[in-house]
Amino acid sequence: MSVPVLDVRGLAYAYPDGHQALFGVDLHVHRGERVALLGPNGAGKTTLVLHLNGILTAGAGSVTVSGLPVEKKHLQEVRRRVGIVFQDPDDQLFMGTVRQDVAFGPANLGVRGAELDRRVMAALEQVGMAEHVDRPPHHLSFGQRRRVAVATVLAMEPEVLVLDEPSSNLDPASRRELADILRALDVTVLMVTHDLPYALELCPRAVVLSGGTVVADGSTYDVLTDDALMRAHRLELPFGFDPRTLGPGVGTGQGTAPRRTPETGGSVASPGTHTNPGDLT
Amino acid sequence: MGAAHGHRLHHHGHSAVHRAPAHVKILVLVGFVLLVVATPRDWYAVFAAYAAVVVGTVLVARVPLGWVLRRMVVEVPFLVFAALVPFVAEGPRTEVLGLTVSEPGLVAAWGLAVKGTLGVMASLTLAATTEPTDVLVGLRRLRMPPLLVEIMSFMLRYLDVVTADLGRTLTAMRSRGCEPRSPRHWPALARSLGALFIRSYERGERVHLAMLSRGYTGTLPTATGGDGHR
Repeated sequence: MSVPVLDVRGLAYAYPDGHQALFGVDLHVHRGERVALLGPNGAGKTTLVLHLNGILTAGAGSVTVSGLPVEKKHLQEVRRRVGIVFQDPDDQLFMGTVRQDVAFGPANLGVRGAELDRRVMAALEQVGMAEHVDRPPHHLSFGQRRRVAVATVLAMEPEVLVLDEPSSNLDPASRRELADILRALDVTVLMVTHDLPYALELCPRAVVLSGGTVVADGSTYDVLTDDALMRAHRLELPFGFDPRTLGPGVGTGQGTAPRRTPETGGSVASPGTHTNPGDLT
Repeated sequence: MGAAHGHRLHHHGHSAVHRAPAHVKILVLVGFVLLVVATPRDWYAVFAAYAAVVVGTVLVARVPLGWVLRRMVVEVPFLVFAALVPFVAEGPRTEVLGLTVSEPGLVAAWGLAVKGTLGVMASLTLAATTEPTDVLVGLRRLRMPPLLVEIMSFMLRYLDVVTADLGRTLTAMRSRGCEPRSPRHWPALARSLGALFIRSYERGERVHLAMLSRGYTGTLPTATGGDGHR
């Protein structure tokens, strides 16, 4: 296979206070993949994410982004390639208007003038927020702010989009809209989430991080239906949600997952067993 | 939930005062305040003229006078202090409304009160007629050090977020039978303000991380991009 977009090898990290969060993590993500990073609270997911763009520096092991090692001298390029969308959009959106905020990343990379405008508008169009370009971020709804936060990173034209809990605090409609947006993006995605139905819906592959190591890596359907694994790592499906009713093919087709819109006649779920994971977050 | 929409000090409008460039308004305000402060406090007629200028500007801007007066409440602690001066100052005493007060103190109090009031009212007029972001643009145009402008823009951006945080904390306190306004619960209020400070500090760190993740290296790119099409 080609050079992985993300290549994490034997990554270990201890915080300055001595608490060790990662004990030798191996993770490879290839171009075009959508991977869910699952795991209980305190498993080290956020710590791992902060290594991907060099905010934290590996204690041992290595992180490589499309062949470029994450080191001080490459930081700027690494941060262009790896776009992280943080959990709280208020942490990410800090400029006076949506336009300025989306321009912030590319402008830091030296993009100027017409090209900057093009990138800003293209990114906002991808998340359906183009008409709000001149509004201050704090006037937007939470779901809209989350989408703008995604755009701020898309404007940097990253090779991999890393999302930290993208569905948290969203109402079911915003959650679905974001899923539609993410599914339409032509970019590699690593999604940290506790929202297992969301992971199943969007990511064909899932990696389970627990106790600072990768304990499972396989198709999301297989991971979610492995009861022993799930129990051992404090992963629980929401009440009433059973991936088996959807079948193993779920979430694998690129952009062909109409099963969650009842009016298009669920193609995977058999009629009458339509589950609605959106209501459970 | 919900951060307040718009800034409470801004009164939307399209008058000539609203349309004047922000940096001009800032310069006029600073000049006016300096002039007021430098005026000897016994030139009573001149102060009347100053007041007429400020009130005139407010009227031209079509900002309701009551709207401005209500926001002048911020000045009250200052006025209370000014009102104390005649009682504690030295010098010849005089009688006002049956109270014996210091005569130089009385003049000093008048000076503090009138200059303070004119300054606050003029500042409120600027705030009422200029969007906060435009004030920042104006300051930048006046060559205010970029770092200070950045700090102010962050303050603007997060004021609502922190206020909403505080609002939720107070609601949560009330829900548990604690009335934050009552002095009996001030210790609890102080602790929650401490927690709010820590939370805001941590948010600052997260914002910084998010900025670094988007290639921030120490200077905001506003001056060169994203700002030109308003």
